[in-house]
Amino acid sequence: MLRIKNLQASVEGKKILNGLNLEVKPGEVHAIMGPNGSGKSTLASVLAGREEYEVEGGTVQFLGNDLLDMSPEDRARAGVFLAFQYPVEIPGVSNANFLKTAVNEVRKSRNLAPMDSKEFLQIMKEKMKLVEMDKAMTQRSVNEGFSGGEKKRNEIFQMAMLEPTLAILDETDSGLDIDALRIVSNGVNALRDGNRSFIVITHYQRLLDYIVPDFVHVLYKGRIVKSGTKELALELEEKGYDWIKEEVAVGA
Amino acid sequence: MSEDLKILDEVTNSEYKYGFVSNIESDNAPKGLDESTVRFISAKKNEPEWLLEWRLKAFRHWLTLEEPTWANVHYPKIDFQDIIYYSAPKKKPSLNSLDELDPEIKATFDKLGISLIEQQRLAGVAVDAVIDSVSVKTTFRETLGELGIIFCSFSEAVHDHPDLIKRYLGSVVPHTDNFYAALNSAVFSDGSFCYIPKGVRCPMELSTYFRINSAGTGQFERTLIIAEEGSFVSYLEGCTAPMRDENQLHAAIVEIVSHTDATVKYSTVQNWYPGDKNGKGGIYNFVTKRGICMGDRAKISWTQVETGSAITWKYPSVILKGDYSVGEFYSVAVTNNMQQADTGTKMIHLGKKTKSIIISKGISCGKSQNSYRGLVRIAKKAEHARNFSQCDSLLIGDKCGAHTFPYIEVGNKTAKVEHEATTSKVGEDQIFYCNQRGISTEDAVNLIVNGYCKEVFNQLPMEFAVEAQKLLAISLEGSVG
Repeated sequence: MLRIKNLQASVEGKKILNGLNLEVKPGEVHAIMGPNGSGKSTLASVLAGREEYEVEGGTVQFLGNDLLDMSPEDRARAGVFLAFQYPVEIPGVSNANFLKTAVNEVRKSRNLAPMDSKEFLQIMKEKMKLVEMDKAMTQRSVNEGFSGGEKKRNEIFQMAMLEPTLAILDETDSGLDIDALRIVSNGVNALRDGNRSFIVITHYQRLLDYIVPDFVHVLYKGRIVKSGTKELALELEEKGYDWIKEEVAVGA
Repeated sequence: MSEDLKILDEVTNSEYKYGFVSNIESDNAPKGLDESTVRFISAKKNEPEWLLEWRLKAFRHWLTLEEPTWANVHYPKIDFQDIIYYSAPKKKPSLNSLDELDPEIKATFDKLGISLIEQQRLAGVAVDAVIDSVSVKTTFRETLGELGIIFCSFSEAVHDHPDLIKRYLGSVVPHTDNFYAALNSAVFSDGSFCYIPKGVRCPMELSTYFRINSAGTGQFERTLIIAEEGSFVSYLEGCTAPMRDENQLHAAIVEIVSHTDATVKYSTVQNWYPGDKNGKGGIYNFVTKRGICMGDRAKISWTQVETGSAITWKYPSVILKGDYSVGEFYSVAVTNNMQQADTGTKMIHLGKKTKSIIISKGISCGKSQNSYRGLVRIAKKAEHARNFSQCDSLLIGDKCGAHTFPYIEVGNKTAKVEHEATTSKVGEDQIFYCNQRGISTEDAVNLIVNGYCKEVFNQLPMEFAVEAQKLLAISLEGSVG
């Protein structure tokens, strides 16, 4: 489904990704871990198509298409979803209105008729349960005045509404207390259906207790330097990253 | 626009009693402005002597005035002798079918979702279907008549309700008020008159569209609205459809009198031709709008959505004379390309415990300049007066300008005046966030700007609000590269 080959990218002239390789098959959950500044969020931004990130080399194939050649909105319509680390506030635009616009844009790109309000409300009601979201939250302006936990829940709620093929979670666990972490993880797990794939970017092993990955990768200096199963995450939790850095130093 | 010459015919065919000699046969006044032009217009309208005198007084005063230059707008000097001040409305439709309409305008009509019949009316197409809307108008007029509500053209009112006109004309905006008010008072062509009797709640939104015999209102429109004690009216001016006009200078006056316990809501959507991308052409819109809350607990609320005109110079104001009276101003002003807007309000607090609220949203894109200019004055005797002002500016792109000129004069220590102002840009983060959810950049800007204007749109009558949103989308077209 997703094949990243030798991806190199920079931001403001500084090279962050140095030849990253990753393959994600349908239904798989890949966790990406790594020390600060290793390029985790850059990877998320590059995949979503943020303009400030300059791709300097490599390829990304998504469902057989050249992802890097697509505009951010086309990537989203094709099924790439990014749960933002810092969700953006849009004052005066209700969550419901925002989502309805988004859902119908995606439908339009797939030659489907726009969803009518009744149907939309019905689906919204169902999906809200996934993240234990209050009805009032759908009428509030997008992320405005939301607590950190509410913002992250809202991201997962949007993901549930948009039903992406590939979901990228960029440090969704940051700033969450244990209850919010459980709610968010339950929401994500409910969306695992054997076809939908996930890239879960996180600092902490804790999240992976809830969202159990198929693979764990360690990103360091813009490259995946070690891959394994969920046990790797436990090892990292226990030993930190220094041993990996040493391994890399020796290998180089 | 469809027009009706009936009144004009009646007026011009009856014997003229006021001893004025001029070429009444001609449909147009000769170019230029002197006393004979004023007499010509008054004669054309068969006006009573007092009104001619009133016009002449205004004209003589106008001669003593200088064109104002304090506004933050720039344009070549207007040659006031190079303008035709009166032209009779043309009866013949300019087009035979909508196919002859400028495709660009047609496309805009479609985007706004304007019905075919309405499109034909706006474009001045002669078809039978238009008759339907005439019968609708008649029904409206009957309903209003039963309640004692008067809603007619200004010219009609001069003849049918001279006492009301005499009493209220110029009572809120005297001809001495400013340069353009004096000019309008001298040469005003026509406009609307609206009178709501005591205790009557007008059952429908009064729209200029439903005014019977609405001749082409022309460039010097004059509107007078009187709400008697305990009455209520919501009045809609304008139209979201693009309005082209060969007259470049527009100087209208609106006067509102709200008596004890009466409420007047006045909503405007202004979409005059803004000129092309390079700033060529476009309407100069120099308007004086003012209301007075005469009695206690009276209320006047202005809501405006300004997207058109090359230059907008407009400050709908409220004089809060009655105790506990309320003045409101909600404004969205959008400027794109080379447009310039200098708009805002004046809230003059005279009565005790008077309250005013100002919500202004300026949106600038292209190379446009958008200024908010507002005055809040609390008079000495206005005990416990309160004002809250919020002036927000939104910039799209980096070649436009937003300016805020708030003036606050407080003459009473018990007053409470709050002013908040923000300037923001449509953030790249916001746009990217929308993009990532599948929303295109253009739709994202619309969504963000509409959200930004929500407080003002909420004040508009439902139907108008929907149109205003679409209009906003069209005005913002091409604002993001």
